[in-house]
Amino acid sequence: MKMKALVCRECGKEYPTTAIHVCEMCFGPLEVKYNYEEIRASISRKKIEQGPHSMWRYVDLLPIEGSATVGPHAGFTPMVRARNLGAYLGLDELYIKNDTVNHPTLSFKDRVVAVALTRARELGFETVACASTGNLANSVAAHAAASNMKCYVFIPGDLEAAKVLGNLIYRPNVVEVEGNYDDVNRLCSEIAAEHRWAFVNINIRPYYAEGSKTLAFETVEQLGWRAPDQVVVPMASGSLLTKIWKGLNEMRTVGLIDHVPTKLNGAQAEGCSPIATAHKAGRDFFKPVKPKTIAKSLAIGNPADGYYALKATAESKGAMDAVTDEEVVEGIKLLAQTEGIFAETAGGVTIGVLRKLVKQGAIRKGDVTVAYITGNGLKTQEAVIDSVGRPVRIQPSLLSFQQTFKMGQHGGGDA
Amino acid sequence: MIKVRIPTPLRTLTKGQGELEVKGTSIGEMIDNLNASHPGMKDRLCDEKGELRRFVNVYVNEEDIRFLNGKDTALKDGDEVSIVPAIAGG
Repeated sequence: MKMKALVCRECGKEYPTTAIHVCEMCFGPLEVKYNYEEIRASISRKKIEQGPHSMWRYVDLLPIEGSATVGPHAGFTPMVRARNLGAYLGLDELYIKNDTVNHPTLSFKDRVVAVALTRARELGFETVACASTGNLANSVAAHAAASNMKCYVFIPGDLEAAKVLGNLIYRPNVVEVEGNYDDVNRLCSEIAAEHRWAFVNINIRPYYAEGSKTLAFETVEQLGWRAPDQVVVPMASGSLLTKIWKGLNEMRTVGLIDHVPTKLNGAQAEGCSPIATAHKAGRDFFKPVKPKTIAKSLAIGNPADGYYALKATAESKGAMDAVTDEEVVEGIKLLAQTEGIFAETAGGVTIGVLRKLVKQGAIRKGDVTVAYITGNGLKTQEAVIDSVGRPVRIQPSLLSFQQTFKMGQHGGGDA
Repeated sequence: MIKVRIPTPLRTLTKGQGELEVKGTSIGEMIDNLNASHPGMKDRLCDEKGELRRFVNVYVNEEDIRFLNGKDTALKDGDEVSIVPAIAGG
Protein backbone atom coordinates (compact mmCIF):
# COMPACT_ATOMS: atom_id res chain seq x y z
CA MET A 1 0.00 0.00 0.00
CA LYS A 2 1.55 3.29 -1.05
CA MET A 3 -0.72 5.27 1.32
CA LYS A 4 0.09 4.64 4.98
CA ALA A 5 -2.31 7.00 6.73
CA LEU A 6 -3.60 10.52 6.97
CA VAL A 7 -1.44 12.50 9.37
CA CYS A 8 -2.09 15.81 11.15
CA ARG A 9 0.32 18.48 9.94
CA GLU A 10 0.27 20.11 13.36
CA CYS A 11 0.39 17.37 16.01
CA GLY A 12 1.28 14.29 13.95
CA LYS A 13 -1.72 12.18 15.02
CA GLU A 14 -2.54 9.53 12.41
CA TYR A 15 -5.92 8.58 10.95
CA PRO A 16 -7.18 6.01 8.43
CA THR A 17 -7.32 7.10 4.77
CA THR A 18 -11.03 8.00 4.74
CA ALA A 19 -12.99 11.17 3.89
CA ILE A 20 -11.76 13.37 6.74
CA HIS A 21 -9.63 16.50 6.65
CA VAL A 22 -9.33 17.80 10.20
CA CYS A 23 -7.45 16.48 13.21
CA GLU A 24 -9.97 15.73 15.96
CA MET A 25 -7.54 16.80 18.63
CA CYS A 26 -6.02 20.10 17.46
CA PHE A 27 -8.00 20.87 14.26
CA GLY A 28 -4.85 20.88 12.16
CA PRO A 29 -5.24 19.85 8.51
CA LEU A 30 -4.61 16.22 7.56
CA GLU A 31 -2.36 15.13 4.73
CA VAL A 32 -1.48 11.84 3.10
CA LYS A 33 1.49 9.93 4.47
CA TYR A 34 3.12 7.66 1.88
CA ASN A 35 5.27 4.59 2.07
CA TYR A 36 8.24 6.20 0.32
CA GLU A 37 10.54 3.18 0.64
CA GLU A 38 8.06 1.08 -1.28
CA ILE A 39 7.54 3.79 -3.91
CA ARG A 40 11.28 4.36 -4.25
CA ALA A 41 11.81 0.68 -4.99
CA SER A 42 9.36 0.62 -7.89
CA ILE A 43 9.46 4.13 -9.44
CA SER A 44 11.93 5.16 -12.14
CA ARG A 45 12.37 7.79 -14.85
CA LYS A 46 12.00 5.10 -17.48
CA LYS A 47 8.75 3.78 -16.03
CA ILE A 48 7.32 7.30 -15.91
CA GLU A 49 8.43 8.08 -19.48
CA GLN A 50 6.61 4.97 -20.70
CA GLY A 51 3.42 5.97 -18.86
CA PRO A 52 0.33 7.69 -20.27
CA HIS A 53 0.53 11.21 -21.71
CA SER A 54 -1.35 12.63 -18.75
CA MET A 55 -0.65 13.42 -15.11
CA TRP A 56 -1.39 9.77 -14.35
CA ARG A 57 2.15 8.84 -15.40
CA TYR A 58 2.95 9.85 -11.79
CA VAL A 59 0.25 7.65 -10.23
CA ASP A 60 2.83 6.10 -7.89
CA LEU A 61 2.93 9.42 -6.02
CA LEU A 62 -0.82 10.10 -6.05
CA PRO A 63 -3.28 9.16 -3.27
CA ILE A 64 -5.50 6.59 -4.94
CA GLU A 65 -5.55 2.84 -4.38
CA GLY A 66 -6.35 1.62 -7.88
CA SER A 67 -6.01 3.37 -11.21
CA ALA A 68 -7.64 6.56 -12.47
CA THR A 69 -11.38 6.24 -13.05
CA VAL A 70 -12.09 9.96 -13.46
CA GLY A 71 -10.16 12.50 -15.54
CA PRO A 72 -7.86 10.15 -17.46
CA HIS A 73 -6.67 12.94 -19.80
CA ALA A 74 -5.83 15.64 -17.25
CA GLY A 75 -2.38 17.19 -17.13
CA PHE A 76 0.85 16.78 -19.09
CA THR A 77 0.29 20.23 -20.52
CA PRO A 78 2.93 22.05 -22.61
CA MET A 79 6.06 23.52 -21.03
CA VAL A 80 6.66 26.47 -23.32
CA ARG A 81 10.15 27.93 -23.69
CA ALA A 82 9.23 31.62 -23.51
CA ARG A 83 11.98 33.20 -25.61
CA ASN A 84 10.15 36.44 -26.40
CA LEU A 85 8.93 37.12 -22.89
CA GLY A 86 12.30 36.03 -21.53
CA ALA A 87 14.09 38.50 -23.79
CA TYR A 88 11.66 41.25 -22.82
CA LEU A 89 12.23 40.63 -19.11
CA GLY A 90 15.95 39.88 -19.42
CA LEU A 91 15.82 36.18 -18.56
CA ASP A 92 17.86 33.59 -20.46
CA GLU A 93 15.75 30.57 -19.66
CA LEU A 94 12.10 31.27 -18.92
CA TYR A 95 9.34 28.68 -19.26
CA ILE A 96 5.58 28.94 -19.11
CA LYS A 97 3.83 25.89 -17.71
CA ASN A 98 0.67 26.24 -19.74
CA ASP A 99 -2.37 24.89 -17.91
CA THR A 100 -4.68 27.18 -19.92
CA VAL A 101 -5.08 24.11 -22.14
CA ASN A 102 -5.68 21.49 -19.49
CA HIS A 103 -8.33 18.89 -20.29
CA PRO A 104 -11.29 19.22 -20.10
CA THR A 105 -12.01 22.62 -18.46
CA LEU A 106 -8.90 24.69 -19.22
CA SER A 107 -7.42 25.16 -15.77
CA PHE A 108 -5.08 23.37 -13.37
CA LYS A 109 -8.12 22.34 -11.37
CA ASP A 110 -8.61 19.41 -13.78
CA ARG A 111 -5.62 17.84 -12.05
CA VAL A 112 -6.91 18.06 -8.51
CA VAL A 113 -10.44 17.06 -9.50
CA ALA A 114 -9.24 13.96 -11.35
CA VAL A 115 -7.58 12.80 -8.13
CA ALA A 116 -10.44 13.92 -5.85
CA LEU A 117 -13.20 12.22 -7.83
CA THR A 118 -11.24 9.04 -8.40
CA ARG A 119 -10.65 8.86 -4.65
CA ALA A 120 -14.27 9.82 -3.87
CA ARG A 121 -15.43 6.87 -5.96
CA GLU A 122 -13.01 4.56 -4.19
CA LEU A 123 -14.55 5.72 -0.92
CA GLY A 124 -18.06 4.98 -2.19
CA PHE A 125 -19.48 8.49 -2.69
CA GLU A 126 -22.24 9.16 -5.23
CA THR A 127 -22.52 12.93 -4.77
CA VAL A 128 -19.68 15.38 -5.21
CA ALA A 129 -19.60 19.05 -4.26
CA CYS A 130 -17.22 21.97 -3.87
CA ALA A 131 -16.84 25.57 -2.78
CA SER A 132 -15.23 27.42 -5.66
CA THR A 133 -14.07 30.71 -7.11
CA GLY A 134 -15.02 29.32 -10.54
CA ASN A 135 -12.42 27.05 -12.09
CA LEU A 136 -12.83 24.32 -9.52
CA ALA A 137 -16.62 24.35 -9.94
CA ASN A 138 -16.25 24.08 -13.74
CA SER A 139 -13.97 21.09 -13.38
CA VAL A 140 -16.05 19.31 -10.74
CA ALA A 141 -19.21 19.84 -12.81
CA ALA A 142 -17.61 18.50 -16.01
CA HIS A 143 -16.03 15.46 -14.36
CA ALA A 144 -19.22 14.67 -12.41
CA ALA A 145 -21.18 14.71 -15.67
CA ALA A 146 -18.67 12.39 -17.34
CA SER A 147 -18.66 9.97 -14.43
CA ASN A 148 -22.42 9.97 -13.69
CA MET A 149 -22.09 11.45 -10.23
CA LYS A 150 -24.57 13.85 -8.62
CA CYS A 151 -23.07 17.29 -8.23
CA TYR A 152 -23.50 20.50 -6.23
CA VAL A 153 -21.23 23.46 -6.81
CA PHE A 154 -21.26 26.53 -4.56
CA ILE A 155 -19.94 29.80 -5.98
CA PRO A 156 -19.82 33.45 -4.89
CA GLY A 157 -22.46 35.76 -6.35
CA ASP A 158 -20.09 37.90 -8.44
CA LEU A 159 -18.30 35.47 -10.76
CA GLU A 160 -17.38 36.10 -14.40
CA ALA A 161 -20.10 35.13 -16.89
CA ALA A 162 -18.04 32.39 -18.57
CA LYS A 163 -17.32 30.72 -15.24
CA VAL A 164 -21.02 30.64 -14.38
CA LEU A 165 -21.93 29.32 -17.84
CA GLY A 166 -19.06 26.85 -17.56
CA ASN A 167 -20.98 25.25 -14.67
CA LEU A 168 -24.53 25.41 -15.99
CA ILE A 169 -23.73 23.66 -19.26
CA TYR A 170 -22.94 20.40 -17.41
CA ARG A 171 -26.20 20.70 -15.45
CA PRO A 172 -25.04 20.29 -11.87
CA ASN A 173 -26.88 22.05 -9.03
CA VAL A 174 -25.26 25.49 -9.19
CA VAL A 175 -25.71 27.35 -5.91
CA GLU A 176 -24.83 31.03 -6.05
CA VAL A 177 -24.25 32.28 -2.52
CA GLU A 178 -24.76 35.93 -1.67
CA GLY A 179 -21.31 36.67 -0.38
CA ASN A 180 -17.63 36.24 -1.21
CA TYR A 181 -15.64 33.00 -1.45
CA ASP A 182 -14.86 32.98 2.25
CA ASP A 183 -18.59 33.10 3.00
CA VAL A 184 -19.20 30.28 0.52
CA ASN A 185 -16.39 28.27 2.05
CA ARG A 186 -17.59 28.64 5.62
CA LEU A 187 -21.11 27.68 4.59
CA CYS A 188 -19.78 24.62 2.76
CA SER A 189 -17.75 23.54 5.79
CA GLU A 190 -21.02 23.53 7.72
CA ILE A 191 -22.96 21.75 4.96
CA ALA A 192 -20.19 19.16 4.64
CA ALA A 193 -20.66 18.27 8.29
CA GLU A 194 -24.36 17.53 7.74
CA HIS A 195 -24.36 15.59 4.43
CA ARG A 196 -22.50 12.52 3.28
CA TRP A 197 -21.14 14.13 0.16
CA ALA A 198 -17.63 14.22 -1.21
CA PHE A 199 -16.77 17.89 -0.90
CA VAL A 200 -13.63 17.83 -2.97
CA ASN A 201 -11.94 20.76 -1.23
CA ILE A 202 -13.25 20.01 2.26
CA ASN A 203 -13.54 16.38 3.40
CA ILE A 204 -11.67 15.07 0.32
CA ARG A 205 -9.07 17.83 0.54
CA PRO A 206 -6.16 15.67 1.74
CA TYR A 207 -6.42 13.72 -1.56
CA TYR A 208 -7.60 16.54 -3.81
CA ALA A 209 -4.70 18.84 -2.95
CA GLU A 210 -2.14 16.17 -3.84
CA GLY A 211 -3.16 16.49 -7.50
CA SER A 212 -1.32 19.82 -7.64
CA LYS A 213 1.99 18.01 -7.13
CA THR A 214 1.75 16.83 -10.73
CA LEU A 215 2.62 20.38 -11.83
CA ALA A 216 5.96 19.94 -10.06
CA PHE A 217 6.50 16.43 -11.44
CA GLU A 218 5.82 17.53 -15.01
CA THR A 219 8.06 20.56 -14.60
CA VAL A 220 10.99 18.40 -13.59
CA GLU A 221 10.47 15.82 -16.33
CA GLN A 222 9.85 18.42 -19.05
CA LEU A 223 13.02 20.29 -18.06
CA GLY A 224 14.98 17.07 -18.63
CA TRP A 225 14.80 15.72 -15.07
CA ARG A 226 16.02 18.80 -13.24
CA ALA A 227 14.28 21.10 -10.79
CA PRO A 228 14.20 24.78 -11.86
CA ASP A 229 16.04 27.53 -9.98
CA GLN A 230 12.91 29.65 -9.60
CA VAL A 231 9.18 29.12 -9.83
CA VAL A 232 6.46 31.76 -9.71
CA VAL A 233 3.14 30.45 -8.43
CA PRO A 234 -0.20 32.24 -8.04
CA MET A 235 -1.68 31.98 -4.54
CA ALA A 236 -5.29 31.84 -3.45
CA SER A 237 -5.50 29.36 -0.56
CA GLY A 238 -1.74 28.81 -0.84
CA SER A 239 -2.26 25.11 -1.53
CA LEU A 240 -0.75 25.04 -5.03
CA LEU A 241 2.54 26.59 -3.91
CA THR A 242 2.71 24.28 -0.90
CA LYS A 243 2.12 21.21 -3.07
CA ILE A 244 4.65 22.22 -5.73
CA TRP A 245 7.19 22.32 -2.92
CA LYS A 246 6.06 18.93 -1.67
CA GLY A 247 6.18 17.49 -5.20
CA LEU A 248 9.72 18.69 -5.86
CA ASN A 249 10.96 17.30 -2.57
CA GLU A 250 9.17 13.98 -3.08
CA MET A 251 11.00 13.51 -6.37
CA ARG A 252 14.24 13.78 -4.48
CA THR A 253 12.99 11.50 -1.70
CA VAL A 254 12.15 8.71 -4.15
CA GLY A 255 15.40 9.17 -6.05
CA LEU A 256 14.19 10.72 -9.32
CA ILE A 257 16.41 13.80 -8.88
CA ASP A 258 19.40 14.55 -6.68
CA HIS A 259 18.73 18.03 -5.46
CA VAL A 260 16.12 20.77 -5.33
CA PRO A 261 17.68 24.22 -5.70
CA THR A 262 14.27 25.76 -6.36
CA LYS A 263 13.16 29.04 -4.85
CA LEU A 264 9.37 29.30 -4.51
CA ASN A 265 7.89 32.70 -5.29
CA GLY A 266 4.26 33.41 -4.44
CA ALA A 267 2.07 35.83 -6.40
CA GLN A 268 -1.10 37.60 -5.24
CA ALA A 269 -3.22 40.55 -6.29
CA GLU A 270 -2.94 43.61 -4.06
CA GLY A 271 -6.69 43.58 -3.47
CA CYS A 272 -6.37 40.19 -1.80
CA SER A 273 -2.84 39.57 -0.58
CA PRO A 274 -2.97 38.24 2.98
CA ILE A 275 -0.12 35.77 2.36
CA ALA A 276 2.22 38.10 0.45
CA THR A 277 1.62 40.86 2.99
CA ALA A 278 2.56 38.57 5.87
CA HIS A 279 5.68 37.39 4.02
CA LYS A 280 6.85 40.93 3.34
CA ALA A 281 6.30 41.85 6.99
CA GLY A 282 8.36 38.83 8.03
CA ARG A 283 5.43 37.23 9.87
CA ASP A 284 4.66 33.51 9.88
CA PHE A 285 0.90 34.13 10.30
CA PHE A 286 -1.51 36.11 8.19
CA LYS A 287 -4.50 38.32 8.86
CA PRO A 288 -7.60 37.51 6.81
CA VAL A 289 -8.81 40.23 4.43
CA LYS A 290 -11.96 41.14 2.51
CA PRO A 291 -11.01 40.60 -1.14
CA LYS A 292 -11.38 43.34 -3.72
CA THR A 293 -9.67 42.47 -7.01
CA ILE A 294 -10.43 41.50 -10.59
CA ALA A 295 -8.38 38.34 -9.97
CA LYS A 296 -11.46 36.59 -8.66
CA SER A 297 -10.01 33.10 -8.91
CA LEU A 298 -7.43 34.17 -6.32
CA ALA A 299 -9.88 36.07 -4.11
CA ILE A 300 -9.61 34.04 -0.92
CA GLY A 301 -9.32 36.31 2.10
CA ASN A 302 -8.87 33.51 4.63
CA PRO A 303 -6.41 31.17 2.89
CA ALA A 304 -6.47 27.64 4.31
CA ASP A 305 -2.82 26.95 3.47
CA GLY A 306 -1.53 30.48 4.01
CA TYR A 307 0.54 29.41 6.98
CA TYR A 308 2.18 26.53 5.10
CA ALA A 309 2.77 28.65 1.98
CA LEU A 310 4.69 31.14 4.14
CA LYS A 311 6.71 28.31 5.64
CA ALA A 312 7.54 26.69 2.27
CA THR A 313 8.57 30.00 0.71
CA ALA A 314 10.82 30.77 3.66
CA GLU A 315 12.39 27.29 3.56
CA SER A 316 13.15 27.68 -0.13
CA LYS A 317 14.47 31.24 0.38
CA GLY A 318 11.98 32.53 -2.18
CA ALA A 319 9.95 35.72 -2.26
CA MET A 320 6.38 36.91 -2.49
CA ASP A 321 4.81 39.98 -3.99
CA ALA A 322 1.52 41.47 -5.10
CA VAL A 323 0.38 43.50 -8.11
CA THR A 324 -2.39 45.99 -8.77
CA ASP A 325 -5.38 45.21 -10.99
CA GLU A 326 -3.80 47.40 -13.72
CA GLU A 327 -0.64 45.32 -13.53
CA VAL A 328 -2.77 42.17 -13.78
CA VAL A 329 -4.26 43.38 -17.07
CA GLU A 330 -0.79 44.39 -18.32
CA GLY A 331 0.52 40.94 -17.38
CA ILE A 332 -2.24 39.19 -19.33
CA LYS A 333 -1.55 41.34 -22.40
CA LEU A 334 2.21 40.95 -22.14
CA LEU A 335 1.98 37.15 -22.06
CA ALA A 336 -0.50 37.11 -24.93
CA GLN A 337 1.54 39.49 -27.08
CA THR A 338 4.90 37.84 -26.49
CA GLU A 339 4.03 34.15 -26.29
CA GLY A 340 0.57 33.83 -27.80
CA ILE A 341 -0.90 32.49 -24.59
CA PHE A 342 -4.15 34.00 -23.30
CA ALA A 343 -4.23 33.60 -19.53
CA GLU A 344 -6.96 34.42 -17.09
CA THR A 345 -6.49 37.05 -14.37
CA ALA A 346 -4.49 34.69 -12.15
CA GLY A 347 -1.97 34.39 -14.99
CA GLY A 348 -1.79 38.18 -15.13
CA VAL A 349 -0.95 38.14 -11.43
CA THR A 350 1.81 35.59 -12.01
CA ILE A 351 3.36 37.49 -14.92
CA GLY A 352 3.04 40.81 -13.06
CA VAL A 353 4.84 39.43 -10.02
CA LEU A 354 7.47 37.68 -12.19
CA ARG A 355 8.22 41.06 -13.74
CA LYS A 356 8.51 42.71 -10.34
CA LEU A 357 10.80 40.03 -8.97
CA VAL A 358 13.12 40.32 -11.98
CA LYS A 359 13.26 44.10 -11.49
CA GLN A 360 14.03 43.67 -7.80
CA GLY A 361 16.84 41.24 -8.63
CA ALA A 362 15.19 38.37 -6.75
CA ILE A 363 15.12 36.43 -10.03
CA ARG A 364 18.33 36.77 -12.05
CA LYS A 365 19.18 36.55 -15.72
CA GLY A 366 20.66 33.06 -15.68
CA ASP A 367 18.04 31.46 -13.40
CA VAL A 368 16.02 28.65 -14.95
CA THR A 369 12.57 30.03 -14.20
CA VAL A 370 9.10 28.51 -14.54
CA ALA A 371 5.91 30.60 -14.32
CA TYR A 372 2.69 28.68 -13.68
CA ILE A 373 -0.21 29.83 -15.84
CA THR A 374 -3.17 28.06 -14.29
CA GLY A 375 -6.29 29.23 -16.13
CA ASN A 376 -7.65 30.35 -19.50
CA GLY A 377 -8.28 33.96 -20.51
CA LEU A 378 -11.50 33.16 -22.32
CA LYS A 379 -13.06 32.58 -18.90
CA THR A 380 -12.28 36.08 -17.59
CA GLN A 381 -12.97 38.27 -20.61
CA GLU A 382 -14.46 41.02 -18.45
CA ALA A 383 -10.98 41.83 -17.14
CA VAL A 384 -9.52 42.86 -20.50
CA ILE A 385 -12.49 43.61 -22.76
CA ASP A 386 -12.09 47.39 -22.42
CA SER A 387 -8.35 47.49 -22.96
CA VAL A 388 -7.73 45.51 -26.14
CA GLY A 389 -9.11 47.93 -28.74
CA ARG A 390 -11.61 47.17 -31.51
CA PRO A 391 -11.29 45.50 -34.93
CA VAL A 392 -10.61 47.77 -37.90
CA ARG A 393 -13.87 47.98 -39.87
CA ILE A 394 -13.78 48.23 -43.68
CA GLN A 395 -16.02 47.81 -46.73
CA PRO A 396 -15.74 44.48 -48.58
CA SER A 397 -13.56 46.00 -51.31
CA LEU A 398 -9.86 45.93 -52.09
CA LEU A 399 -9.85 49.73 -52.27
CA SER A 400 -11.31 50.09 -48.80
CA PHE A 401 -8.65 47.73 -47.43
CA GLN A 402 -5.80 49.47 -49.20
CA GLN A 403 -6.98 52.91 -48.17
CA THR A 404 -7.36 51.83 -44.58
CA PHE A 405 -3.90 50.28 -44.45
CA LYS A 406 -2.34 52.95 -46.73
CA MET A 407 -0.91 50.39 -49.15
CA GLY A 408 -0.10 50.81 -52.83
CA GLN A 409 -1.53 48.59 -55.59
CA HIS A 410 1.14 46.00 -55.17
CA GLY A 411 1.22 45.88 -51.46
CA GLY A 412 4.34 46.86 -49.64
CA GLY A 413 4.73 47.39 -45.98
CA ASP A 414 2.44 47.06 -43.01
CA ALA A 415 -0.02 49.60 -41.76
CA MET B 1 -28.25 33.55 25.76
CA ILE B 2 -25.85 32.95 22.87
CA LYS B 3 -26.59 30.28 20.30
CA VAL B 4 -23.41 28.32 19.53
CA ARG B 5 -23.09 25.92 16.59
CA ILE B 6 -20.82 23.03 17.49
CA PRO B 7 -18.74 21.39 14.73
CA THR B 8 -18.76 17.62 14.29
CA PRO B 9 -15.35 16.90 15.91
CA LEU B 10 -16.55 18.55 19.17
CA ARG B 11 -19.89 16.79 19.34
CA THR B 12 -18.37 13.92 21.32
CA LEU B 13 -18.29 16.46 24.16
CA THR B 14 -21.93 17.53 23.69
CA LYS B 15 -23.57 14.10 23.41
CA GLY B 16 -24.03 14.71 19.72
CA GLN B 17 -25.77 18.07 20.03
CA GLY B 18 -24.98 20.44 17.18
CA GLU B 19 -26.30 23.58 18.82
CA LEU B 20 -26.06 24.85 22.39
CA GLU B 21 -27.29 27.87 24.31
CA VAL B 22 -24.49 29.42 26.35
CA LYS B 23 -24.05 32.56 28.44
CA GLY B 24 -21.22 35.04 27.94
CA THR B 25 -20.49 38.69 27.24
CA SER B 26 -17.40 37.93 25.13
CA ILE B 27 -16.03 35.05 23.08
CA GLY B 28 -13.46 34.29 25.79
CA GLU B 29 -16.12 34.17 28.51
CA MET B 30 -18.42 32.11 26.31
CA ILE B 31 -15.65 29.53 25.84
CA ASP B 32 -15.04 29.40 29.62
CA ASN B 33 -18.75 28.83 30.24
CA LEU B 34 -18.88 26.22 27.47
CA ASN B 35 -15.97 24.46 29.17
CA ALA B 36 -17.74 24.55 32.55
CA SER B 37 -20.82 22.80 31.16
CA HIS B 38 -18.89 20.57 28.75
CA PRO B 39 -15.45 19.87 30.23
CA GLY B 40 -12.61 19.50 27.74
CA MET B 41 -14.00 22.05 25.31
CA LYS B 42 -11.38 24.71 26.08
CA ASP B 43 -8.44 22.34 25.61
CA ARG B 44 -9.67 21.57 22.16
CA LEU B 45 -10.28 25.16 21.09
CA CYS B 46 -7.34 26.87 22.77
CA ASP B 47 -3.60 26.19 23.03
CA GLU B 48 -1.52 26.04 26.23
CA LYS B 49 -1.43 29.83 26.44
CA GLY B 50 -5.22 30.05 26.27
CA GLU B 51 -5.20 31.51 22.75
CA LEU B 52 -7.51 30.14 20.07
CA ARG B 53 -5.72 27.48 18.05
CA ARG B 54 -4.35 28.48 14.65
CA PHE B 55 -6.89 26.45 12.68
CA VAL B 56 -9.98 27.29 14.72
CA ASN B 57 -12.27 29.84 13.07
CA VAL B 58 -14.96 31.57 15.09
CA TYR B 59 -17.74 33.66 13.59
CA VAL B 60 -20.23 35.95 15.33
CA ASN B 61 -23.36 36.42 13.22
CA GLU B 62 -21.38 35.19 10.19
CA GLU B 63 -18.45 37.62 10.76
CA ASP B 64 -14.94 36.23 11.39
CA ILE B 65 -13.86 37.39 14.86
CA ARG B 66 -10.44 38.28 13.44
CA PHE B 67 -12.23 41.20 11.76
CA LEU B 68 -13.80 42.06 15.14
CA ASN B 69 -11.99 41.90 18.45
CA GLY B 70 -10.71 38.36 18.44
CA LYS B 71 -11.33 36.59 21.74
CA ASP B 72 -12.47 39.88 23.28
CA THR B 73 -15.28 40.30 20.75
CA ALA B 74 -18.37 41.35 22.71
CA LEU B 75 -21.48 39.17 22.65
CA LYS B 76 -25.06 40.11 23.37
CA ASP B 77 -28.27 38.18 23.89
CA GLY B 78 -29.42 36.49 20.69
CA ASP B 79 -26.03 36.49 18.95
CA GLU B 80 -25.16 33.39 16.95
CA VAL B 81 -21.66 31.94 17.14
CA SER B 82 -20.27 29.37 14.67
CA ILE B 83 -17.13 27.41 15.41
CA VAL B 84 -15.59 26.07 12.20
CA PRO B 85 -12.43 24.03 12.56
CA ALA B 86 -9.77 24.24 9.90
CA ILE B 87 -11.39 26.11 7.06
CA ALA B 88 -10.36 24.13 4.02
CA GLY B 89 -11.21 25.16 0.49
CA GLY B 90 -9.28 26.73 -2.33
